[in-house]
Amino acid sequence: MQNNTDYKKVQKISAQNNRIITGVTYFFLTLWGIVVLFPFYWMVLTSVKEYATYNSEYIPKFFTLTPTFANYTEAFSAVPLGRYFLNTLIFTVVTTALMLIVVIPAAFAFARLEFKGKNFVFILFLSMMMIPNELVVITNFTTITNLGLRNTFSGLIFPSIMSVFYIYLLKENFEQIPDELYYAAKVDGTKDFKYLMKVMLPISKPTVVTITILKVIECWNSYVWPRLITDNPMYFLVSNGIQEIRENGFGRENIPAMMAAVVVISVPLVVLFLMFRKKIMAGVARGGTKG
Amino acid sequence: MKVVLQNLTKIFPPRNKKSGGGVVAVNNFNFEFPDGKLIGLLGPSGCGKSTALNLISGLLKPTEGNIFFGEKDVTNLPAENRGVGLVFQNYALYPHLTVKQNITFPLENFKGKDRLTREQMDKKAYEAAKLVQIENLMDRKPHELSGGQQQRVAIARALVKMPCVLLLDEPLSNLDARLRLQTREELKRIQQETGITTVFVTHDQEEAMSISDMIVVMKDGVINQTGKPQEVYDNPKNLFVAKFLGTPPISVFDGQVTGGKLIVNGDEILDVPGTEDRQVKVGIRPEGFVPCVTGKMKCTLSGIEVMGRDMSVISRNPACENPVIRAIVPADTRIDTSSAEIKFDIKPGKIFLFDHETGERIY
Amino acid sequence: MEKNKLTPWLYLLPAIVFLGAFMVYPLIDVFIYSFEEGYNSASQTYFGVGGYNYSYVLHDPYFLQALKNTFILVIITVPVSTALALVISAGLASVKPLRDLYQTVYFLPYVTNTLAVGLVFMILFKKTPYSDGLINLLINMFGGQSVDFIDGPYWAKMFVLCFYTVWVVMPFKILILTSALASVDRNYYNAAKVDGTSKMRIFTKITLPMISPMIFYLVITGFIGAFKAYSDAVALFGTDLNAAQMNTIVGYIYDMLYGDSGGYPSYASAAAIILFAVVLTITCINLIISKNKVHH
Repeated sequence: MQNNTDYKKVQKISAQNNRIITGVTYFFLTLWGIVVLFPFYWMVLTSVKEYATYNSEYIPKFFTLTPTFANYTEAFSAVPLGRYFLNTLIFTVVTTALMLIVVIPAAFAFARLEFKGKNFVFILFLSMMMIPNELVVITNFTTITNLGLRNTFSGLIFPSIMSVFYIYLLKENFEQIPDELYYAAKVDGTKDFKYLMKVMLPISKPTVVTITILKVIECWNSYVWPRLITDNPMYFLVSNGIQEIRENGFGRENIPAMMAAVVVISVPLVVLFLMFRKKIMAGVARGGTKG
Repeated sequence: MKVVLQNLTKIFPPRNKKSGGGVVAVNNFNFEFPDGKLIGLLGPSGCGKSTALNLISGLLKPTEGNIFFGEKDVTNLPAENRGVGLVFQNYALYPHLTVKQNITFPLENFKGKDRLTREQMDKKAYEAAKLVQIENLMDRKPHELSGGQQQRVAIARALVKMPCVLLLDEPLSNLDARLRLQTREELKRIQQETGITTVFVTHDQEEAMSISDMIVVMKDGVINQTGKPQEVYDNPKNLFVAKFLGTPPISVFDGQVTGGKLIVNGDEILDVPGTEDRQVKVGIRPEGFVPCVTGKMKCTLSGIEVMGRDMSVISRNPACENPVIRAIVPADTRIDTSSAEIKFDIKPGKIFLFDHETGERIY
Repeated sequence: MEKNKLTPWLYLLPAIVFLGAFMVYPLIDVFIYSFEEGYNSASQTYFGVGGYNYSYVLHDPYFLQALKNTFILVIITVPVSTALALVISAGLASVKPLRDLYQTVYFLPYVTNTLAVGLVFMILFKKTPYSDGLINLLINMFGGQSVDFIDGPYWAKMFVLCFYTVWVVMPFKILILTSALASVDRNYYNAAKVDGTSKMRIFTKITLPMISPMIFYLVITGFIGAFKAYSDAVALFGTDLNAAQMNTIVGYIYDMLYGDSGGYPSYASAAAIILFAVVLTITCINLIISKNKVHH
């Protein structure tokens, strides 16, 4: 049908169009890249500017030739940033560890053990995934308050442990392990618990790592519950700490010190992300949502 | 329209750069696909036949060499502008569109003076559907069709824009055995009705032999032999081609030429005047064995299978590469099954000698 | 034998305890709270039972403001972020060099602390006596007037909130759409290409229908997520959102529970149930639409 078209011309035009399209694509991809990265750049840049310099720049400079780390010292000395940091670390590690202790046996029971009412209980568990946090947070707040657990780690941690979704994820993973392995272990006289620890967990390590990382991210960034349950700065997590710094911290205008604090609390997760980039992205794609 | 491939070479870059090299999928391919014929591109899997097809379609760019449609050089023309029809191995029917929408899809791409009205499109789609006999399925979705029907839709979609060349990638491999036989006749009929130059890729030699006007036998990216199916079968250029074509397969023996005589396992089975003394590989087609009490080639009889008008005589010989020798003879041939030995005469046109090392044909 | 029957429940016990204490019980309780009029959390007493809490919340100007803010936020950010993520993912899928790098960069906001990065956005947009802020300087460069996006007019604050929300939700959407695009069989594209289909038409007629289930998944989760917006607003405007006119429904719930106006769990419960009803309705509407429109 194209006998009469000038092939040379068609070739040239299509090659040209391709080049233009590729160029435009890269332009917009880079543009969004800048939109994403710029706040990070700005926060690092501002954090190394001197307080006086920063306030004297009506038009902010895009670089600084005299970086200073004074703001970082300030961030750790003028407000208890180290304390917030430590709190968050304790909160994250304990919550994640407890989450694993609760989630792994439950997933094992659903995947491997036979008992009456299993399907019913599992469906009940699944239906919990639909319950928004906002509905239950009110009673939890009252419960924790009545128990006198405000401004304690227990009060922070216990309501944050459960994640039905992770039970589901792990159960699906456990079920892919062939039954033969279980029977072979049974024949050899292996107890269920030993089988779980020595066979299932090592095989499912990628999924366990994934849910651990997702939970760590969730804990590190959690804000709403800690805000409700703590009003004593000794128990603030980084998110509340940063809010506190913003409102009462260095005096409202010490932005470089504020940015230093922001850098400090952002670095751990960014490092974690760069280390486990593939795992985190695959894990999130499998069903993580933010918030 | 004829399609000419000139010194066509495709080298795929290596997976990781350090290992160097890269895979030569198609190596210096020279061939002219004649106008209006059905050509089978044949070879074992991984021989580069699908790559060759994708080079013709324009989905791949050659590393070297040129492609001509008619007199025009289309080497650098993108697939969108080549006007070829392509049927994929898994059909690639758009699952969200009905059969009719699938078939009209290519027509909706026509622009400018080629643009068609809805009525014209419907008419063409109907004609194409009729050609492949699916005109009563037009409103179905692909997942509601059987494998054979999906395949017809794929062919209709490729044909509806009247392509200058029709390319089919393993068109029958996803169909069950019975449907395959039926569909290949159908393919032949469609090709003859439309007169479009058609190239199809297959690893099934029977398929290629039965319907092609011409076959191209490939191995490791290189054309081994081209020609009419029967010619190639009767005159294989090398041991690979001889072994690849024909069912049951050719029997191959280690042999020796001494003083113009061919000796296999101590038996002098044939006069080969003018051939120098050397080690050879001997290939004998199943129909080249004639059971005969005075036969020169002695084998151990292991069984007989009668299949309608033919009979398959199964025997063994220590010099034979194949596990068993299958000879095809008319069903009424008398064979003494009480004897453990069977003797064959060899039909001269059905025996080929190949170089022991290179596999090139020498007789 | 008796021991064996109990073993599975032993494995489930911790999960059941935590679920029961912090999800099932509160769920029932919140409904009760919402109908108990004048509940006092200190003395644990109430006056009567009825719909007064709902009526109070629905007449509270702060709640109406929060409702309005949340709806504006949802209506703007969900379509904008989904469309933008679609364009970016499609662009990402069409290039090869540097794709990994771009993907990594685009995902960064997911792992950052919403509160912390919100502060950076605040200083970028904020107008102070020392400086108009970088964004205002950009506006000035193109001949516009400086606007205080943080303490200024309503539309400016809403703009920053929407902008930041989109920035925060993009990583998840880009990730999901990129993997959806990668899972489309390349043969469909090849088939369309051989038939001379233009890139635009391939995108609208083949790619979009093929990934439509994922797009709808994103729209639904996007709606749910945006209705629950809160920390983004806190990050930008501080904890006193009512004063900034920037409160959201979730913010209202927490303020009612514990905040400047706090100590009213009954009102908070009523507001939470209203929110849940709204989200449920919108999700159901979405599901009905998607059933008719999406190719599975």
